[in-house]
Amino acid sequence: MSHDAASAAPRYAVELRDVRKSFGRTEIIRGANLAVKAGERVAIIGPNGAGKSTLFNLISGRFGASSGEILVHGKSIGGLKPFEINRLGLARSFQVSNLFTRLSVFENLRCAVLWSMGYRYAFWKFLADAKDANDRTDEVLRMIKLDKRRDVLAMNLTYAEQRALEIGITIAGGAEVILLDEPTAGMSRSETTRFVQLIREVTEGKTLLTVEHDMGVVFGLADRIAVLVYGEVIAFDAPESVRANARVQEAYLGSVLAEAQAAGAHA
Amino acid sequence: MAANVYHFKPWNVGRVIVWGAFALLLIVLPLLFRSNLALTMLSQMGIAIVACLSYNMLLGQGGMLSFGHAVYTGLASFIAIHALNRIGAGTLALPVSLIPLLGGFAGLVFAVVLGFVTTKKSGTPFAMITLGIGELVFAMSLMVPEFFGGEAGVSGNRMAGKPVLGISFGPQIQVYYLLAIYTFVCTAAMYAFTRTPLGRMLNAVRDNAERVEFIGYSTQRVRYLAFIAAGFFAGIAGGMYALNFEIATAEVVGAGRSGAYLLFTFLGGAVFFFGPMIGAVLMVLAGVLLSEYTKAWLLYLGLIFLFMVMYAPGGIASLIMMNLRVAAFGKLRRLWTSYLALGGCVLVMLVGAAALIEMIYHLQLDAALGPTLSFMGAELNAHRVDSWFGAVFVLLTGCGMFELTRRHFAYEWGEVQREIEKEIKRRETL
Amino acid sequence: MEFFTISMLNGLSYGLLLFMLSSGLTLIFSMMGVLNFAHASFYMVGAYVAYSIARLTGFWPGLVIAPLVVGALGALFERYCLRRVHRFGHVPELLITFGLSYVILEVVQLVWGRTAVEFQPPEVLRGPAFTLVDSSVDGLRIVFGAAPAALCASADAAVRVVCSPFPATRGFMMLVALAMLLALWLLLTRTRIGLVIQSALTHPDMVEALGHNVPRVFMLVFGAGAALAGLAGVIGGSTFVTEPAMAATVGSVIFVVVVVGGMGSLAGAFLASLLIGVVQTFAVALDYSLAGALQGLGVALSPAAAGNTLLKLTVSQVAPILPYLFLVLILIFRPKGLLGTRED
Repeated sequence: MSHDAASAAPRYAVELRDVRKSFGRTEIIRGANLAVKAGERVAIIGPNGAGKSTLFNLISGRFGASSGEILVHGKSIGGLKPFEINRLGLARSFQVSNLFTRLSVFENLRCAVLWSMGYRYAFWKFLADAKDANDRTDEVLRMIKLDKRRDVLAMNLTYAEQRALEIGITIAGGAEVILLDEPTAGMSRSETTRFVQLIREVTEGKTLLTVEHDMGVVFGLADRIAVLVYGEVIAFDAPESVRANARVQEAYLGSVLAEAQAAGAHA
Repeated sequence: MAANVYHFKPWNVGRVIVWGAFALLLIVLPLLFRSNLALTMLSQMGIAIVACLSYNMLLGQGGMLSFGHAVYTGLASFIAIHALNRIGAGTLALPVSLIPLLGGFAGLVFAVVLGFVTTKKSGTPFAMITLGIGELVFAMSLMVPEFFGGEAGVSGNRMAGKPVLGISFGPQIQVYYLLAIYTFVCTAAMYAFTRTPLGRMLNAVRDNAERVEFIGYSTQRVRYLAFIAAGFFAGIAGGMYALNFEIATAEVVGAGRSGAYLLFTFLGGAVFFFGPMIGAVLMVLAGVLLSEYTKAWLLYLGLIFLFMVMYAPGGIASLIMMNLRVAAFGKLRRLWTSYLALGGCVLVMLVGAAALIEMIYHLQLDAALGPTLSFMGAELNAHRVDSWFGAVFVLLTGCGMFELTRRHFAYEWGEVQREIEKEIKRRETL
Repeated sequence: MEFFTISMLNGLSYGLLLFMLSSGLTLIFSMMGVLNFAHASFYMVGAYVAYSIARLTGFWPGLVIAPLVVGALGALFERYCLRRVHRFGHVPELLITFGLSYVILEVVQLVWGRTAVEFQPPEVLRGPAFTLVDSSVDGLRIVFGAAPAALCASADAAVRVVCSPFPATRGFMMLVALAMLLALWLLLTRTRIGLVIQSALTHPDMVEALGHNVPRVFMLVFGAGAALAGLAGVIGGSTFVTEPAMAATVGSVIFVVVVVGGMGSLAGAFLASLLIGVVQTFAVALDYSLAGALQGLGVALSPAAAGNTLLKLTVSQVAPILPYLFLVLILIFRPKGLLGTRED
């Protein structure tokens, strides 16, 4: 959230240095290293159980790392609570839509906007008079194309609409680093294509990390791909290089890669 | 800049009407119901409305179930009574009419101190903590007689200060209008709170506490601040109580009172803003009138509460709103016959059940008065089989008929809801 | 010395009673996520039902039948009421058990009256289990049963004899509690149904997918928890007093036990129960006040300070609020509870 002189800005938006995470005796993340440049779009792929969601949880502060360092905009986030990390300029979405069920779509978005607009814990101002917050909310509403469903309660939305709202809440606060956890999970092919376009629009100019299983999405969206296998990043490169990487092919044993090659053929 | 831009902010006519009607009601009711009993009850309703609304800031708006809200209203009552006595003794120069505000600040301070520990947790542990602190304060009431006045409590005199403009607060009607002003202002303030950033974030915390953390807010801080706000208004209710009753005893911080706040706020409806107001009115009616009619009133209350939790967790307010929605779509006419049938059966069932319960209570508690008791104008003899048989028969018949009409009603209701859904979808595509 | 021993035993027995209650509560909470507000009410019903049965046929049949009755009541409640509100969330679940406690209280008062009833322990448990006889001449001796009066009163004025009896009811309480604990542990770890319960504790959906009737398991667990509370009621009611207020008195304490021990932790509940039981028992017997302690240390107090209510409070007067003070302290310094694992 601080726009100091570009020369003083840190090199990486998100950096992981030898991060490890154990739950009890099971080590899920075993020394992950990653360095994401500002404005980059990175997709994190890997077989099931590789630890992708755990990684997101570590970066966003839901869990604390067992060891290693995680830096956001050059600042270590060790020991910080999720809201403190969010205030540094990092926002995340969830694989299972995590909305404010009894609030309307508009209210959901407005809540996500309030802190970044400086409203804090104000009880002496009316929301109806918060013109900047309301305008920004309308803007985000238009971006995610839910303006027709403005006053519908979140729990009454369709699945795809909920996913759209989920993304809306994530970007509404104007965070520079966006983490999207399987944003297109459960969507049909046409919905996915539309959604990817939406993601591209709303994350214009921001740093994007996304966990994805759909290779078509990954290859169409990402500048670089990080491959997570057994809690380690075994490759972090441009899509073509990753596709050709022998270790990656070995890890995936063909099936997913075949899908990727098919998608790549259409790209 | 374009100076010719015309900003049009229309008056919210509906809002003006509703609040105006509320104010009018507060002003006019004591003129319609002139008896002393009515006046006392109206005053108590005002106090209860503020107390239940403050409780709902926690329950309905924040999703925080508290079993110890009486701590804040009660402690504020004690502070207010002591202040009243100091005013009377001349050591405190405060107008009597500001006593409730003083109570509010007392409630605020206690909420700041106790709330810090209480809001460290959420959900079930939070409820248990409020229970524990409630018991703590109640148990201390016997240990510190200077503040709590021991068994007899602390009494005061609201005619303590010098009369202002002839108002000495001796007569109940004067107290009523003072309380009415506080009721109106507090209700408006608490409603306004729901439309502020903090109020809205409180709702967000209720709906999804985890997500709130990921949009930049500290859940614990939101809860703590809301707890303090609720404590403030609870304190005002406590101060109002002190003015009205001129006495504070240990039971004002007791579990019974906390339980009553919970029960009636839930009964009235925690989901809508005006629900606790309905609950507050019922609380006073039950406490004053129902308890006179029957000794079994607590049992009835408990059973009604159980039914509400199972079948209508949104309370009376939600029932009203659901039917308003049906009416808005013009479908209420279809249901009124079903409602009538349902209502009739419920009545029959209740009469049978009540007869049984009353007879049992009579045997247990009033046996010295002989076996006969008057029940809804008829005479029942608790020692004779035919009274029992009659009551059981009525109850069983009522149950049977209720089951039949309920099924029919459920079917009709389902139909209506489906039609409404279709209509909503149709309107959206326009 | 005897004071310490007897008080310690008394405290342990009270703690074990608290554990009998809080274990059922913890089991229900761990499994179903609902904190049963009516748990103490089941305790009360157990006492009253046993009292009625005792009047008809004697104490021992009551000891067996009353828990079964209460268990059946609990199972029925779970089946017809609790299950219905399960889908509304945790708050309505807590509320419905709260409502139940209200209704049970009223019905109990209706059936058995508003004053305490004479629920006597059986003949064999009426005296002391053993007596500690401390003679300044002969030293400390244990006498089983009641010590004969001759032993306790010394003819010789120079010899000081103190007899401290340990009530048999308390001993029986400890016995039953420990037996129940053992049975519970065996059930959970050694039987098939115990295995199902243990897994349903953390993964109810998976267990259901494997073909087990999880709603029925829930009903059983709730009923079993209620039965345990009923059993505790039979013992507690006959040892202490059986009155309508007994649910409220012990109710808030067991909630404190559960929070202090750590929600969802049986071991934590055990530790917290014993701790609170022992501390409260000792506290009730001690007559020291802060003012007295200060004066004993040689600190001179002004008349105003010596008369100050807070300083003059004796430990025994403060005893009722000790559990709640524990609660507040634990929340400040260790919010997870003593052995807590489950963060809510």
